[in-house]
Amino acid sequence: MQFLTYLVRGISLGSVYALIALGYTMVYGIAKMLNFAHGDVIMVGGYVVFFAFCKNGFNPWISVLIAMGACMLLGITIERVAYKPLRGTPSLAVLITAIGVSYFLQNGAMLLWKSDPKSFSSIVGINGLNLFGGKLQISAETIVTIITSIVIMIVLMWFVKKTKPGHAMQAVSEDRGAAQLMGINVNGIISLTFAIGSALAAIAGALLLSSYPTLMPTTGAMPGIKAFTAAVFGGIGSIPGAFLGGILLGIIENLSKAYISTQLSDAIVFLVLIVILLVRPTGLLGKKTTVKV
Amino acid sequence: MKKVLSIVLTGALAASFVMSASAAEVIKIGGIGPTTGPAGIYGSSVQNAMEIAVEEVNALDGDIQFELMFEDDTHDAETSVNAYNTLKDKGMQILGGTVTTVPCLAVGAEAVADNMLCLTPSASSQDVIDLGDNMFQVCFTDPNQGLASADYISQQGLGTKIGVIYNSADPYSTGILNTFLAEAEVVGLEVLEPQAFTDDNSTDLTTQVQACKDAGADLIFLPIYYTPASQILKAADDMDYDVKFFGVDGMDGILSVEGFDTSLAEGVMLLTPFVATSTDEATVAFVEKYKEKTGGQIPNQFAADGYDVVMTLYKACTEAGVTADMAPSDVCEALKAVLTSGDFSVDGLTGEGMTWDASGAVSKAPRGMVIENGEYQPMD
Repeated sequence: MQFLTYLVRGISLGSVYALIALGYTMVYGIAKMLNFAHGDVIMVGGYVVFFAFCKNGFNPWISVLIAMGACMLLGITIERVAYKPLRGTPSLAVLITAIGVSYFLQNGAMLLWKSDPKSFSSIVGINGLNLFGGKLQISAETIVTIITSIVIMIVLMWFVKKTKPGHAMQAVSEDRGAAQLMGINVNGIISLTFAIGSALAAIAGALLLSSYPTLMPTTGAMPGIKAFTAAVFGGIGSIPGAFLGGILLGIIENLSKAYISTQLSDAIVFLVLIVILLVRPTGLLGKKTTVKV
Repeated sequence: MKKVLSIVLTGALAASFVMSASAAEVIKIGGIGPTTGPAGIYGSSVQNAMEIAVEEVNALDGDIQFELMFEDDTHDAETSVNAYNTLKDKGMQILGGTVTTVPCLAVGAEAVADNMLCLTPSASSQDVIDLGDNMFQVCFTDPNQGLASADYISQQGLGTKIGVIYNSADPYSTGILNTFLAEAEVVGLEVLEPQAFTDDNSTDLTTQVQACKDAGADLIFLPIYYTPASQILKAADDMDYDVKFFGVDGMDGILSVEGFDTSLAEGVMLLTPFVATSTDEATVAFVEKYKEKTGGQIPNQFAADGYDVVMTLYKACTEAGVTADMAPSDVCEALKAVLTSGDFSVDGLTGEGMTWDASGAVSKAPRGMVIENGEYQPMD
């Protein structure tokens, strides 16, 4: 029973990672860039929900919608201002810019909302499950996060595979120049990708903080890096891969905390990542691509 | 145009002479601490309180006049050393800092080399005062906190199986933990395997709480700061785990976390030398001034420590006959002699009859507090 409890906690943490990893992988898959500011967009989303829901008592659905809107706007602005001028430059320049944006958001948040931590109250209003006579508790936040990440994963896969903007995204991902020649508005598609990724970040922020309630300007940083790891783990660019990677990472982290060492859990997580990458360099569900030289 | 510019510049130069002339009569105290960042509440509390104390000292119109220069270090060692150098360039003679332990170790090494007197309000590690004979503390050292906590829990019979959750990446936390464990063995407390976390994996602390629950702990000792502590309180509540919590001075501040359900902190015990609800005259006056300055905030223990730093320096400077034109190293020698003379004592907000020994550690009595109805109440 103890094992099950730890497993459920692992899945709970993992589903948050999965939700964040979906945003990472989406942007990487289409725009071919690592948006390291993603974790900080989550933090901004968290603050918006905090002020709408916890401070002003808005309906949780409306609060999350407001946060999604705000983050979409933020994501598109970041893309337009910081990343678009660098299109065509070496990917290292974009990567460093992304790290810069991440610091900008953290410090901006510190100025705007001060650095002292805020305690977030859960947006999930239902009760959790008590199984086996109360021996196994599954919190409502866990259930909602898992369901949300599965639903988002399915919707994203459907969107990319079946809709017209989705096809355009695939085309941009495949060959940007050719896509443009075929009449696809490449800038528009990349903006759309950032908008979707950032809206997901808002949802991830709200659910992350519902389970783990400390909200600070640096709140998004570490989960962001872990989720990035999860995305690489599952095969970056792959939507089901991000989900799988997130869940596995959460489980590994929590079980190693419970059974090996609370201090070494991060070391173990990253060790597993290294081993996976050595054996399968493209991640668990990543596509193998052969590059002609 | 050039003429106008030269007149303006000459004027500015003259003004700076006038200013430096008046500034030469005051003793310059430096302060360093995090006023932003995750530990921001500590630095800003100390800064506010030090400003209040300096105003009080200057209002006495005595021979000693202070000027306070405070720099933010965001609880980062490198930034803190930069801040120290900036303050030195500005003519600092005494350092009333730094606020947090890790930066204080870095800055302390510099201060030892410069023979700059350093009286920290709240950097509580034993390592801080071990750096050199110019290092002094107003707060308890960590070992003392661990020792006092174990003694208190044992004397009052607060728990039979004690769980511990600590931050293994923080010398503050591990320092308290080590002496706590050693003393617990001496007084015969049953302590379970301590559960660790680090700054990087502190997002999810439920596993550690679960482990305490599974092991049947009836009291959890938290030698950590209030931010992770607030997560632990919530996690315990979420899993319907009815357990007592015992914290140290880092727990102070938990009631001021915005959005935190303070009912979760109900019954939390901690050792702290200062309580804002005390009714003695000095505390009441200080709390009043602090509220006025900060728009209604209640001062925490760090604020009281900061206030005591300035008041201690005032008394020591008066007795040592420190003047504004003395070099930092001479000021340091004079103050060291007074502070460790044996008959020097200060009645501060954080303790009556505070005295210092040659190690730089303060001697004062800790008080047990319990949170009741969202306020600290004395435990005995």
